[in-house]
Amino acid sequence: MAKQTLRLLVGKVGLDGHDRGAKIIARALRDAGYEVIYTGLHQTPEQVVATALQEDVDAIGLSILSGAHGTLFPKITRLLKEKGAEDVVVFGGGIIPDEDIPELLKAGVARIFTPGTSTADVVRFLKEEVEPRRARVST
Amino acid sequence: MAPSNENTRGRARWERETLNPHLERHPDREAEYSTVSSLPIRRLYSPEDLQGQDYEKEIGWPGEYPFTRGVQPTMYRGRLWTMRMFAGMGTAEDTNARFKYLLKEGQTGLSTAFDLPTLMGRDSDSPLAEGEVGKEGVAIATLRDMEILFDGIPLGDVSTSMTINAPAAVVYAMYLAVAEKQGVPLKKLRGTIQNDIFKEYIAQKEWIYPPEPSVRLIVDTMEFSAKEVPQWNTISISGYHIREAGSTAAQELAFTLADGIGYVQAGMARGMDVDSFAPRLSYFFNSHNDFFEEIAKLRAARRIWARQLRERFGAKDPRSWMLRTHVQTAGCSLTAQQPINNVIRVTIQALAAVLGGCQSLHTDSMDETLCLPSEQAVTVALRTQQIIAEESGAANTIDPLAGSYFVESLTNEMERQALEYIRKIDEMGGIIKAIEQGFPQREIAEASYRYQKQVEDGTKTIVGMNRYTMPEEIPIPLLKIPPEVEARQKARLAEIRRTRDGKAVRSALSNLTAKARTHENLMPAILECARAYCTLEETGNAMKEVFGEYRENSVI
Repeated sequence: MAKQTLRLLVGKVGLDGHDRGAKIIARALRDAGYEVIYTGLHQTPEQVVATALQEDVDAIGLSILSGAHGTLFPKITRLLKEKGAEDVVVFGGGIIPDEDIPELLKAGVARIFTPGTSTADVVRFLKEEVEPRRARVST
Repeated sequence: MAPSNENTRGRARWERETLNPHLERHPDREAEYSTVSSLPIRRLYSPEDLQGQDYEKEIGWPGEYPFTRGVQPTMYRGRLWTMRMFAGMGTAEDTNARFKYLLKEGQTGLSTAFDLPTLMGRDSDSPLAEGEVGKEGVAIATLRDMEILFDGIPLGDVSTSMTINAPAAVVYAMYLAVAEKQGVPLKKLRGTIQNDIFKEYIAQKEWIYPPEPSVRLIVDTMEFSAKEVPQWNTISISGYHIREAGSTAAQELAFTLADGIGYVQAGMARGMDVDSFAPRLSYFFNSHNDFFEEIAKLRAARRIWARQLRERFGAKDPRSWMLRTHVQTAGCSLTAQQPINNVIRVTIQALAAVLGGCQSLHTDSMDETLCLPSEQAVTVALRTQQIIAEESGAANTIDPLAGSYFVESLTNEMERQALEYIRKIDEMGGIIKAIEQGFPQREIAEASYRYQKQVEDGTKTIVGMNRYTMPEEIPIPLLKIPPEVEARQKARLAEIRRTRDGKAVRSALSNLTAKARTHENLMPAILECARAYCTLEETGNAMKEVFGEYRENSVI
């Protein structure tokens, strides 16, 4: 049976404890009708990927404000690939300068949201770009 | 300040004859007005709002109980606040250069930002530190890094603030060891360690151990410093991070003071005389966009603290009653869009901090939503303080807004709301219990989500973000931490591990573990580890063996 709604993992990778954004996103996505799992803080890429597989999520939203996105985001996409789970969509947000974005997209991150993003933009992204993919996978 | 019947009659007359006819033709722009924290604000404040307020008891005189008007008798006429820019990036050499630049440009105190591995008590070569070394602050793993950080800066002549919490005792010990090497007596050292674990559980989330052993370490630093480093501020009880996590101004005030109360209780539970440590407790508040709310918050903070210390805890030394505070402008209020506008936000927030009577101030740089501050951005931020201090006239007289019907009313309202929260927390059994129940965390998450919705539906304006937006952004130069930093830092650490006296390291660490099992003060053993070049993580692990690790039950 096809899943009714997207299952999403909101993840805090790295050592930074700034979880205001992650919590707001998690709540906003839940309010938008998605099933949301929040990893809690200080997760390694390995832990995030393990949780994503275990929970069978459609997408992972990563929050990072420490400046380590260039190391940690690509590590997550690589680990997903190694586990044969590259269909899990990875998106992220935080203090990420515009000039770093192309490299993250090249590493397989689907979208980066920068400071000032409205939660509605994130929901729109999921509706337009993740929901159709899931529909394809489950049919 | 008791209003006469004449005032009340006068107000009724004004409303009838002047206000109401005007409103019929020109209604207010909004049905309701409120602060950035959603505190309702009335159209006009007048003498009735201060009915029953006793000037001597509630407001009083500068430098005297309850310190509403400030902790010093002359405030900035005698000495300006300390201009203390938070700085730290890359390796110890990089930050040492920034420190020297800031001192040369007229800064009067140092403030150290550590990178995330350091804040979490991890070494630069820990697998968990990958990608994070030197990114958000300076990387410190051993005494060697600390020696380089303060190279050429005589520690007897500067005051140094260190924003470090879970591993505070260890980093503090490293600083003391540098002072010993420079030949500076510990009694001459001035500075602050943040050392506030409660707000870590509540908001900033950089912890190592569970609450009980964490508090023990904090009380150890308080007790040790009372004897050995008497001019050191052993805790900077911090509302800053609580506010950044999304609290309202009143919640920031309440939870921060509740944390302070928790530390006083912990110190007294150790058997210490409250007057032996309370004068060394200092505070750290946020200054957000809502100008008057921030001023009122700081004035209320001083009054509440003075009364709690004197009336509740029986402190007799007036220095125990004084709430001295550092203030930082609100990073979370800055926008990535049109970043130069942030200079104006910071100016307003910094002016509020000064009019609120802060003792030291950090002004955020315009680029902080994008990266660590560039030298150009940090210079503008420092100049902002200098302009307020030396051009605006704000420092010419003491507490210039006292007596304003609005500011005094708002001060009373902030106090009322904070005391209500403090009462609730007392009923829960104190701040540790409240944290364990997730109470402050939940209140903050609610406020933060509510505010986000207000921003998204346009109820709250953020210029350049949800109004007056522009397609073209104004580019400003951004600071980049090169990836070589991590490699250089790891190489230095490897060198230390190879060349230090391994026997001394092992003996210092096993002594620390043994002492952690007793009730002895751990500072001497930690200091021994620092002197032996034990790393931050090794020293932390020596205690973790006994103390265990904290795990959060996160609520969304």
